[in-house]
Amino acid sequence: MKFTEEHEWLRIDGDLVVVGITEHAAEQLGDVVFVELPEIETQVAKGDEVCVIESVKAASDILAPIEGEIVAVNDALVDNPGLINEDPLGDAWFFKLKVDDLSVLDDFMSEDEYKDFIA
Amino acid sequence: MTDLKRTCLYALHESLGAKMVPFAGYEMPVQYPMGVLGEHLHTRAQAGLFDVSHMGQIILGARSAAEALEALVPVDVLGLGEGRQRYGFFTNDTGGILDDLMIANRGDHLFLVVNAACKAADLAHLEAHVAGVEAVTDRALLALQGPAAAEVLGRLVPDVGGMRFMDVATWAWEDVDLWVSRSGYTGEDGFEISLPEHRAEDFARALLDMDEVAPIGLGARDSLRLEAGLCLYGHDIDTETSPVEAGLAWAIQKIRRRGGARAGGFPGDDRILDELANGPSRRRVGLRPEGRAPMREGVALFAAEDDATPVGAVTSGAFGPSVGAPVAMGYLPTDLTAPGTRVWGALRGKRLPVQVVPLPFRPATYHK
Repeated sequence: MKFTEEHEWLRIDGDLVVVGITEHAAEQLGDVVFVELPEIETQVAKGDEVCVIESVKAASDILAPIEGEIVAVNDALVDNPGLINEDPLGDAWFFKLKVDDLSVLDDFMSEDEYKDFIA
Repeated sequence: MTDLKRTCLYALHESLGAKMVPFAGYEMPVQYPMGVLGEHLHTRAQAGLFDVSHMGQIILGARSAAEALEALVPVDVLGLGEGRQRYGFFTNDTGGILDDLMIANRGDHLFLVVNAACKAADLAHLEAHVAGVEAVTDRALLALQGPAAAEVLGRLVPDVGGMRFMDVATWAWEDVDLWVSRSGYTGEDGFEISLPEHRAEDFARALLDMDEVAPIGLGARDSLRLEAGLCLYGHDIDTETSPVEAGLAWAIQKIRRRGGARAGGFPGDDRILDELANGPSRRRVGLRPEGRAPMREGVALFAAEDDATPVGAVTSGAFGPSVGAPVAMGYLPTDLTAPGTRVWGALRGKRLPVQVVPLPFRPATYHK
C-alpha cells in the first residue's frame, strides 16, 4: 500500500489502483455524514477533485492522486458514510482507477514514510 | 493561538482527552473522544455536561436595574417574577441585535448570562446605562442537558426536582452555593449551574462519575442547538437582523408592544414595533436540503433553480444527528417562508432543492 501527502492510500488490485483515505485522515475529519462519488468512466487528471466528504465538522475534497479512468466507485459509502470512520483502510475504499502504468505508484510514500510524515 | 484564555476546567478537559480549539478568545473543548455524533446522541438519550464558563455572567444589583435594563431590551423585565428567567436581546438603534442573553430575577438582583464573544461590549453597554453592574469573574458555568439531567443532578442537589423550565434558584452543594436555572441550549430538559471556580472541577467530576453523564464539546453543542431551532449569535442573528425577522417576537411581551403600558422605549423600537404590527420583509426559516449533502453557513438560496440573484442565505447548517439528515436555518423573503416552499441552494456549483420547514427540527422536551 502507498500513501499520499493528501492522506490517501493507494492499493494495487490486478491492473487497477484502489483509492481510499487513511485512518489519520478519517480521525481528523471526525464522523463522516455525507459522501459524493464521481461518475464511472470519468477521465481524471492528477489533482482533480473527484469526491466530496462531509463530516460533522466540515466539507473536504478527495483529489485524484494520479491520472486515470474511474472504473468503479464504492456505492456503500453513500448509504453508510460512517464506514469511513469504521474501516478506512478496508471496506471504505472510494474508487478504482485504471492507469496506463502502475509504476507511477513508486513515487508515493511507503507506510513507514507516511507514519513519519504525520508524526 | 496567543492570548487565548482558559476556563477553570481546562485541566479537566485535557484529562478527559478533549480536542481544544480557539472559540471567542478561549481555548475550548470542541469534542471529546466520543466524537461529535456520539456526544450529540448521548445528550439526547441521557445527559451531557458542557463547560460554558467562557460565557459572561453579570449581576445588576441596583433597585433601579430592571427599569434601566428595559431601556436596552424589548423585554418585560419589571414583570419578571422572583425566581424566574427570561430570554432577551440587546437591540441597537436600527433594530438589530447586539447580543442575546438570559435575564434572571434572583430576588435582590438581576443575573444575566451573555455570549462570550460579546461580553466586553455588553458590559460597556450596560455600564453606560445601568447602575450597579458587576461582572462575575470568579464563578464557572456548567450546563447539564438531556432527559436524565434532573435525575442525575437530583442525586447531588435533591431540590432541583421541584424546578420548572426557566425557574432559577440557589441551592447548596457541600460548602458552596449553586445558582441554578432550569434551561439550556439543546432543546432538552436540563440545567445551567453557576458555581465558585474553586469547586467547579469537583462538581463536574461528581456529575461525570455517574454512568448517565458524558462530557460534551462545542461541536455537539452546535448541532444540538441547531436541531432545537435556537439562534447562534453572530450567525443566525446579528446587528443587521431584527428580532422579528429572526422569529424571536415571542420574547417581546405585550406590555412592550404598541398598546402596551410600557410600549417601546428600547433602541430600534420604531423598526421593531412596526415589524411586529406589519410583518418583516424577510424571516428566519427552517430548511431541509432534499438530498443528503449538508448546506452550511453562507450557502446562497435562490427562488428558482436557474435564477441568477440569490434571495437569501443559510446562516447555520449541518447534519442533524437526531434528525438523521441535513438541517439548516437561513433567511428568506416573507413570501417564500411558508412551510413546504421549495427553494434552491447553491452547493459546489450545483443548485440543489431545499424545503422550507417549521422550526424546531425536533420538538423541545422542556420540563414545563
